Amino acid sequence: MSLFDHSIKELEAKLHNKEITVSDLVDESYKRIHEVEDKVHAFLTLDEENARRKAEELDATEDAGAKLFGIPAGIKDNIVTKGLRTTCASQFLRNFDDPLYDATVVEKLNAEKIVNIGKLNMDEFAMGSSNENSSFTPTRNPWNINHVPGGSSGGSAAAVAAGEVLFSLGSDTGGSIRQPAAFCGVVGLKPTYGLVSRFGLVAFASSLDQIGPLTRSVEDNARVLEVIAGHDKMDSTSANVEIPSYTEALTGDVKGLKIAVPKEYLAEGVNPEVREAVLEALKVYESLGATWEEVSLPHSKYAVATYYLLSSSEASANLARFDGVRYGVRSENAENMVDMFKKSRSEGFGEEVKRRIMLGTFALSSGYYDAYYKKAQKVRTLIKNDFDKIFEEYDVVIGPTTPTPAFKVGEKIDDPLTMYANDILTIPVNLAGVPGISIPCGFSPEGLPIGLQIIGKHFDENTVYRAAHAYEQATDHHTKRPQIGGAN
Amino acid sequence: MGEITKEQVKHVANLARLEVSEEEAEMFTKQLSSIIKFAEQLNEIDTEGIQPTTHVLDLKNVMRKDEPRQWTTREEALKNAPDHKDGQFRVPSILAE
Amino acid sequence: MNFETIIGLEVHVELKTKSKIFSPSPNAFGAEPNTNVNPIDLGYPGVLPVLNEEAVNFAMKAAMALNCEIATDTKFDRKNYFYPDNPKAFQISQFDQPIGEHGWIEIDVAGKKKKIGITRVHLEEDAGKLTHGDDGYSYVDFNRQGTPLIEIVSEPDMRSPEEAYAYLEKLKTIIQYTGVSDVKMQEGSLRCDANISLRPYGQEKFGTKAELKNLNSFTFVQKGLEFEEKRQEKVLLSGGEILQETRRYDEKTKETILMRVKEGSDDYRYFPEPDLVPLYIDDAWKERVRSEIPELPDARKQRYIEQLGLSEYDAANLTSSKEMADFFEETVNNGADIKQASNWLMGEVSGYMNKHYKELHDLALTPESLGKMIQLIEDGTISSKIAKKVFAELVEKGGDPEKIVKEKGMVQISDEGQLREVITGILNENEQSIIDFKNGKDRALGFLVGQVMKATKGQANPPMVNKILIEEMNKR
Repeated sequence: MSLFDHSIKELEAKLHNKEITVSDLVDESYKRIHEVEDKVHAFLTLDEENARRKAEELDATEDAGAKLFGIPAGIKDNIVTKGLRTTCASQFLRNFDDPLYDATVVEKLNAEKIVNIGKLNMDEFAMGSSNENSSFTPTRNPWNINHVPGGSSGGSAAAVAAGEVLFSLGSDTGGSIRQPAAFCGVVGLKPTYGLVSRFGLVAFASSLDQIGPLTRSVEDNARVLEVIAGHDKMDSTSANVEIPSYTEALTGDVKGLKIAVPKEYLAEGVNPEVREAVLEALKVYESLGATWEEVSLPHSKYAVATYYLLSSSEASANLARFDGVRYGVRSENAENMVDMFKKSRSEGFGEEVKRRIMLGTFALSSGYYDAYYKKAQKVRTLIKNDFDKIFEEYDVVIGPTTPTPAFKVGEKIDDPLTMYANDILTIPVNLAGVPGISIPCGFSPEGLPIGLQIIGKHFDENTVYRAAHAYEQATDHHTKRPQIGGAN
Repeated sequence: MGEITKEQVKHVANLARLEVSEEEAEMFTKQLSSIIKFAEQLNEIDTEGIQPTTHVLDLKNVMRKDEPRQWTTREEALKNAPDHKDGQFRVPSILAE
Repeated sequence: MNFETIIGLEVHVELKTKSKIFSPSPNAFGAEPNTNVNPIDLGYPGVLPVLNEEAVNFAMKAAMALNCEIATDTKFDRKNYFYPDNPKAFQISQFDQPIGEHGWIEIDVAGKKKKIGITRVHLEEDAGKLTHGDDGYSYVDFNRQGTPLIEIVSEPDMRSPEEAYAYLEKLKTIIQYTGVSDVKMQEGSLRCDANISLRPYGQEKFGTKAELKNLNSFTFVQKGLEFEEKRQEKVLLSGGEILQETRRYDEKTKETILMRVKEGSDDYRYFPEPDLVPLYIDDAWKERVRSEIPELPDARKQRYIEQLGLSEYDAANLTSSKEMADFFEETVNNGADIKQASNWLMGEVSGYMNKHYKELHDLALTPESLGKMIQLIEDGTISSKIAKKVFAELVEKGGDPEKIVKEKGMVQISDEGQLREVITGILNENEQSIIDFKNGKDRALGFLVGQVMKATKGQANPPMVNKILIEEMNKR
């Protein structure tokens, strides 16, 4: 049994009782990394020297109530870390060794005394659903290395699933936390838009991006969110709301909980074994005293198109700053200024990033803005209204996280639209800005994890966690561990 | 609509300051055309009178006080620059063509 | 064929807040390159903008002073373009909901008053500064990046380069009065682009316009427009076509030079800035800002004419800068006669400033000292002639005029006995002048006054000298 099979709460007690030291935890992390990284490739940058130094420092001090004292964690590589290379898995930033500042979430984690193990792999600039768009080595799924771990926070999900860190941070624009969490059998939450500061998150689509935790258990997840949530004066879109104790909400009691199940979420296109797992989960909820009814999210089928127009448009502006003037890689073949911009960007960006920049630039360009960008913004309103209406009557929306379990490496890489369709169940949540979690709810016949998605009202993470926790306590999917290797 | 020509692809690439080869232009023309065609499904929906959503939260008037604060040294500012000289970022001349 | 000139101006004004519009870096002119920057100004990955409340207040103040309607709902947008001085490759600006719209100002050209419409005033961020080395490279300093800026777009209401000049002067004065900017063209805190086109008289449709850039003073704006007026006329008369082009004014050759021909309009792909939330400016906020706007030049000028009895010309001159008008009023408050204060400021003081390229705040002279000096003239302590000497001292070194007058022995001699004694002596030595005077030669009196002044080192009270001289000569 690994130390990382314990919850953060249990480890806190062990540290407190001096059964273990922070150095033991950090040793565990790097031991596991050395065992599995050549197969999993979850990390882009390891910060071993600093991590070990910090462990020693922490071991020499009292924990003084820090909420994540000595806990080894990994940070997705689109969240900036002062003095530590941050690449967004892009060649453009391969030499970006010091972003000069810490993201607000990193400051908050450091204040609660985590140990940062390193920076986690991802699809380049968070654009992708398989990690195959990492411009370094793509991460593989710890449950079967011939399958993708999902994306874009594939490294974040795989590192937790493989036991390399106890928790990680990911970012979710259209499903980038929940989808890899589902594929890797871990717990991943996309908080309400505005709950967690985006300051220091390298922007993909500003109106959709949120940072969230990936963990092995719901309880750990709630604990990490307690630390990273909260108003930030550096982020104008950060909500000024009271942060409740999410861990205290984990009562195990879901009696009377009203669950809505959108028929669109169990429709054709959703793999039968996934549908089956979700229906089984709903039975568990019934047995716990909750009720569920079928509802409709009539505009959800438009979510993918809406999302790709909006996110690509915002991305086309957000990624324009990578011009080779102030940081990153500058092409050596440039003759003049325009040439420098074009060559640096073309050499630095991968194909998917270019495709999205092109799509977004087109959707915003003169003559097309109203037909594409503005139209998509209006449909977004309708998608949000769908959720508002359901939440007038129900406490949570439940469905699968993804239509299928993790697909094979290379299976969808050649067709962007098929790849985009994989996010159909997660995207509406980002468009509506509501919170959504993915928790393990079973395995496919090939032994690949299946994720259950629980969606809540704005800023009602408590109910989402309570529902997730009650299910988790009633089942044992979350206790299964991958044997790292390939079945075929 | 629903189609994008190779010329448009090249125009968009220029706006986005991306260099595309003939081959890439062709590939993007094909891919973007199919994505845009896919996006055309939004035209099925009547959005007359619907307000566009830029922000999902109804936040307004988020501002800070006018208080200056130094935070970065010049050395730090130039630290990651591909090229700098005499305290300034250096780029190929904008006058050269 | 005769052509009508159509001119519209776009003026950028930097707001003098303490910090930048979207980052806490100091907003200061003239610092060492790249010292007033942080990751936000440098467009680092992951940074976010947070709006400076004072920048909004200042923009509202300026827009109100330009008679604009202030938006209740407004927001920011991204304007996308690549340039080395534009670190995010988008500028945060305002597209379809500017903070102010539908304003106007009144100009006065050769006594003719005219209203010039202001289409819009919007708030945005300034870019960094790009300079061109002689080594084949360009250099970027991001200190200016993020300085709050307002763009003031006029209606195409101006019909001559003189009107454009008058518009700029008036605009500058108004903004300066509000105190939101230094409006110094030489420091770039006021910048101007001009659009100019010609059309045959009677034609409603505007002709194709050229845009003039790089205009470094109001005079160059006028000269550039004058050149452009003639150039376009020549092209049109020869049957040519005006292209939509950007031209710059060359100060040496006094010509406008083609920079580039515009093909269609630029595609800036504006869209709402997702990192900033909308602004809702309610009436209370608007009123709070409105109450902070000082009396503006036109109102002040009117008050000077109606309440202080100054001529239109004097009132216009005194109110042409807030500093001058404030100085004038302070001088009067310090006991100076209104007309005297006006004369001194527009005469000696302005003359000195022009000669030495100085502004009022550069002088050692204060409203207190000028006021006191004028009082000394009024009560006869010093003559106007002596006052000029006192002024020379005050303007260079400052000090108390009373003290200067005493220490330097400049007090006017008004003692009748003392003057009569001096005059008697002078008359005794100038018999011929007495005869001349009696024969009706007025020049003789002037000569004698001069002699008395010379003997008293200019300190004799002139009206008394006149009076006693005539009395004494009549006695003889």
